[in-house]
Amino acid sequence: MIEAAHAFGRFFTGQVTAAGKVPPAKVLVAGVGVAGLAAIAAANSLGAVVRATDPRAEVAEQVRSLGGEYLAVEVEQEASTDGYAKATSEAYDRRAAEIYSEQAADVDIIITTALIPGRPAPKLITAEQVASMRPGSVIVDMAAAQGGNVAGTVAGEAVVTDNGVTIIGYTDLPGRLPAQASQLYGTNVVNLLKLLTPAKDGQLVLDLDDVVVRGLTVAHGGETLWPPPPVSVSAAPATQPAAVPQAEPQPEKTRSPLARAAVGIAGALALFLVTAFAPAELAGHLTVFVLAIVIGFYVIGNVHHALHTPLMSVTNAISGIIVVGAILQIGTGSALVTALAAVAVLLAAINIVGGFAVTRRMLSMFSRSPGRS
Amino acid sequence: MQTWTTAAYLIAALLFVISLAGLSKHETSRSGVVFGIAGMTIALVATAIVALGSASGLGIALLLVALVIGAAIGLWRARVVEMTGMPELIALMHSFVGLAAVLVGWNGFLEVESGHLQLAGSLLGIHHAEVAIGVFIGAVTFTGSIIAYLKLSAKIASAPLMLPGKNVLNLGALVVFAALTVYFVITPATWVLAVLTVLALLLGLHLVASIGGGDMPVVVSMLNSYSGWAAAASGFLLGNDLLIITGALVGSSGAYLSYIMCKAMNRSFLSVIAGGFGATTSSAAAVEGEHREIDAAGVAELLSNARSVVITPGYGMAVAQAQYPVADLTRKLREQGVEVRFGVHPVAGRLPGHMNVLLAEAQVPYDIVLEMDEINDDLAETDVVLVIGANDTVNPAASEDPGSPIAGMPVLRVWEAGNVVVFKRSMATGYAGVQNPLFFRENSQMLFGDAKERVQDILAELKTREPVG
Repeated sequence: MIEAAHAFGRFFTGQVTAAGKVPPAKVLVAGVGVAGLAAIAAANSLGAVVRATDPRAEVAEQVRSLGGEYLAVEVEQEASTDGYAKATSEAYDRRAAEIYSEQAADVDIIITTALIPGRPAPKLITAEQVASMRPGSVIVDMAAAQGGNVAGTVAGEAVVTDNGVTIIGYTDLPGRLPAQASQLYGTNVVNLLKLLTPAKDGQLVLDLDDVVVRGLTVAHGGETLWPPPPVSVSAAPATQPAAVPQAEPQPEKTRSPLARAAVGIAGALALFLVTAFAPAELAGHLTVFVLAIVIGFYVIGNVHHALHTPLMSVTNAISGIIVVGAILQIGTGSALVTALAAVAVLLAAINIVGGFAVTRRMLSMFSRSPGRS
Repeated sequence: MQTWTTAAYLIAALLFVISLAGLSKHETSRSGVVFGIAGMTIALVATAIVALGSASGLGIALLLVALVIGAAIGLWRARVVEMTGMPELIALMHSFVGLAAVLVGWNGFLEVESGHLQLAGSLLGIHHAEVAIGVFIGAVTFTGSIIAYLKLSAKIASAPLMLPGKNVLNLGALVVFAALTVYFVITPATWVLAVLTVLALLLGLHLVASIGGGDMPVVVSMLNSYSGWAAAASGFLLGNDLLIITGALVGSSGAYLSYIMCKAMNRSFLSVIAGGFGATTSSAAAVEGEHREIDAAGVAELLSNARSVVITPGYGMAVAQAQYPVADLTRKLREQGVEVRFGVHPVAGRLPGHMNVLLAEAQVPYDIVLEMDEINDDLAETDVVLVIGANDTVNPAASEDPGSPIAGMPVLRVWEAGNVVVFKRSMATGYAGVQNPLFFRENSQMLFGDAKERVQDILAELKTREPVG
């Protein structure tokens, strides 16, 4: 990343100054492994707009966590079980090539880190795509030692193409950072030694059940153990665990489909019987009633959670509709009926007016934050 | 005559549906209310014209007086009510609908008795059954809402009333009601209806009295639903489709809200109705440990170094009236470039959506107030969470301790954040009576005292930190 910034020769952050607007540099990282993620983080902290691609959909989250944008290649893809990228399918390659073509024309910097263990590096960026990039753009091909991800990479050198694109194909990147590289390599070796000598007494103990040890062992006790069985790393996509938390709470809550069907049929039957034997007038009312319930459920079903209180006060006001019943009764019978009906009207009127007024008051308080849409 | 009334009712019913639909979004909510008012006006005018045709002069005078007085009282209450007192007001209004339904039901019966209404055969039987059902639902709604109102306004203790065999009592009341209804249909007598009414009143009393304060959001929306069913029952009684439609709309909407609330607590509707939290014999692991205290200056320090802050309010914020200083704090932090959001648990407060209304009152923009599901996944990347007056809704025991009484209840996972500051009066437990292991977590700190005063202290501290000029 730093090499790229050096060769790019511009600052990455977008800035609006009195002298005009400078758009931020756009960086595409192909292959989100350890190196890719480091590149994303570095580019992001320099202020660039970072995009990343990788055949493993599960790294999308990691990309986002570092401030990058994940470009998904939308093709059915067999999930990787060992945490390393596999070779990709044909359909995938086609779609990926399209994405790279689009992106190449748009971005300023491409960093390719795509390596597949034990194979030559996949060609991701074609000569045409390199040619479509803007002059001054930079490509860093970190897979140069294994043949390179980019057409035109020369291992161990930085070349400038005819249209002014710099392709950096250094194979000695570790050598350019001797202190850090040595430290990291040293840590790796120390950890390996710790693993191989669990008793810390310098005695080599081979535990062939240990995936790391097994993978390292070529021959042991007169047997050839190469190649090792495929490794299943914990970084493999977690498809199973998602189902577990759902099953945990209240298993008895999910009734069998049979019981549910029985309840449904019983309900429908009861409704049928009631309606069938009711006088015509009542049947009409029942129809209206049932349909209104259904409408109510659907209308309320997608109410925003913040509006529950206003919703309640409005339904409250609306249920004051009982005033209609009271009005119809007023003055149609004895004095007692009239008096009772008048009280009912009074109560319902409080409800209607109060409910609507308080709802309006509440809603007028809800305000959007300025400047957001 | 009859046709145009029906037409008016149809339009009114449609307007009500549109009104409820409008309320599902912030953008359309205000026009939704206007539609509702329009629908109500049309219904009232149409009915009044019908009544004018048949009622006596005295009746009409009474009607007008009652309407005007009622409207005046309603307006006055709506104007003076505090937003923190919203749950009480709504509960009280439910009781009005319930009482009105009881009165309408009795009137329906008296009309037949006085010979004003002539019905024969099965129609009369159905009419009596409708009277019984309408009165029953109305009476349960009435006393239930009164108790809910008293509990919410802290006029009576909100602890659940524990009568021995309360489930049997409730079920028994239902069975007796069914028997009385049948008896009433066969031999309609005033005393039967009176007994039935008293029974329903008692049932409503007991039903709500045995539910604890923490379940009040469910109770209020349940009563909302009941008031709708009461109106619908009156509609059947009077053969009025508008009442039936409207009642069914309100009833199903209330039921749906109750369902949402119950799901948010991971409890079945029946278990909420059957009684409060205290009933469960708790086998929860005893929580022990040291909590750490922090002062306002410490919180200010944390906040000024944070990049993202989430505030999770609970009923305690409403009690302390802390929403205004909280809103000020939000504004200040946002000015300083801190991302501030609110995480609201569906059952926070005493009413569905209670917290949203309070925050809106204090002019917190509604688009930074998020629901539990929307914010839970972001909490792990949040620097500081301020828990203001919430307890059970942020209790890690719900997801980690299967023996806890609130096990399985979805909660805000505030403990995943970098720092948690809990505003609390004391170390007491919340409504569920469950100790909260959150307080003893390594990344949480307690700030004791009145939430409002503490938030103001933090604001003052933040001001002193500001660069001068």
